[in-house]
Amino acid sequence: MPDRQKTLATVLQLIEPFNKKGVAVTEDTRFAQDLEWDSLTVLDFVANIEDEFDVIISMNMQAEIETVGQLVDALEKLKA
Amino acid sequence: MSDLFSKFDPLIQQRAALLKSGVTDPFNLVMEKVESPTVALCNGKRTILLGTYNYMGMTFDPDVVAAGKKALDEFGSGTTGSRVLNGTYAGHRAVEQALKDFYGMDHAMVFSTGYQANLGIISTIAGKEDYIVLDIDSHASIYDGCAMGNAQIVPFRHNDIEALEKRLKRIPEGAGKLVVLEGVYSMLGDIAPLKEMVAVSKANGAMVLVDEAHSMGFIGENGRGVAEAQGVIGDVDFIIGTFSKSVGTVGGFCVSNHPKFEILRLVCRPYVFTASLPPSVVATAATSIRKLMTSSDKRAHLWGNSKRLHAGLRQLGFKLGTDEPQSAIIAVIMPDLETGAAMWEALLNEGLYVNLARPPATPAGMTLLRCSLCALHTDDQVGEILGMFAAAGRATGCIS
Repeated sequence: MPDRQKTLATVLQLIEPFNKKGVAVTEDTRFAQDLEWDSLTVLDFVANIEDEFDVIISMNMQAEIETVGQLVDALEKLKA
Repeated sequence: MSDLFSKFDPLIQQRAALLKSGVTDPFNLVMEKVESPTVALCNGKRTILLGTYNYMGMTFDPDVVAAGKKALDEFGSGTTGSRVLNGTYAGHRAVEQALKDFYGMDHAMVFSTGYQANLGIISTIAGKEDYIVLDIDSHASIYDGCAMGNAQIVPFRHNDIEALEKRLKRIPEGAGKLVVLEGVYSMLGDIAPLKEMVAVSKANGAMVLVDEAHSMGFIGENGRGVAEAQGVIGDVDFIIGTFSKSVGTVGGFCVSNHPKFEILRLVCRPYVFTASLPPSVVATAATSIRKLMTSSDKRAHLWGNSKRLHAGLRQLGFKLGTDEPQSAIIAVIMPDLETGAAMWEALLNEGLYVNLARPPATPAGMTLLRCSLCALHTDDQVGEILGMFAAAGRATGCIS
């Protein structure tokens, strides 16, 4: 599996415990509007992502990330 | 033409719905007369104040009031100028000296409000390549200081030492690091594990800023705050505080031992581009701060009040923000905003003022009735307060 696909699969896995509405998640799914996450959910989810990939996703970067696909792109960049 | 105010519509509707239920507007109370640090006249009714952060009851201290009057007579009503131009009077230097003596630190810088102190210090010392690691439950003034600067902002779960450490370790080598913590978190009244957090921050090469707004004058042997109580004040690089709580007036400050601290007076915009505090305000603050140094009896009484109110409210069946009293703030957790507003009004009708706190100020979307005790609340008053909570709680169905 290419790296980006692997990253996406891991991200999707980490989204599931917080996907309370059972939304069918794709790369276009938006965290705020579609998953309806509040700030505490975002904090917990970001912490899990940071732990999994051993990176920091600052609030400044979070502000630029709206969709699942954008998060995967950001992670690919951070890992590089 | 699009109306720039449309974005406020959800809040306008929520407010209208709440007021339609007939409840008194909790965010529009007027105190017609103030008798003392613990009693005011609200809607013509004598009301016990339990939501003013006037922890040490200095607002009517005769020495404090006399110092303010004297300065008003001798220096006039205002400075009409910035601290770096015509706005530094003898009184501003004197209050900074009082702060240095109070904290045992080399430098003190006074701002016109506590909000501006956080805004100014945080936005100025953390630059573009730097990282600010902060507790998610930090006060709005801390977040606004972060937003005004250019640093990378990294929040961690409230009071979670391991989460703080993990983030510090991931920050790129060589980047500047500032950890921002609070001694007492004002919404639930809980304190931070500063001993561990300061140690972890120092071990990872970070500077530490602690906001001690809600602990000054009360917590710690000399009233210097939670960092003093936990024995780590010597490792804290910057303490932020306010005059609008225990000191009993208005203004903010930062104290530090950093050898280059004084340069901030020239580069910190919220310090430079605003008028300095009026002479009467700095005179009352200096007098109050010096009296707080020797107020251990009052500190003991305030702890007693806090413990008794906490135990009493718990016994009545209220859900509280902390299992044990950790500060002079006791937060009563309400099931929702409607019940909170009804309970707030019922208490006001009984003759008790508390703060109604709601999102976004509160963590996890909670509605809180926040009680802050005063060292001048008498034993009788604490008894009265508990009686009012019992009556209002039963009338609104909060307790059985």
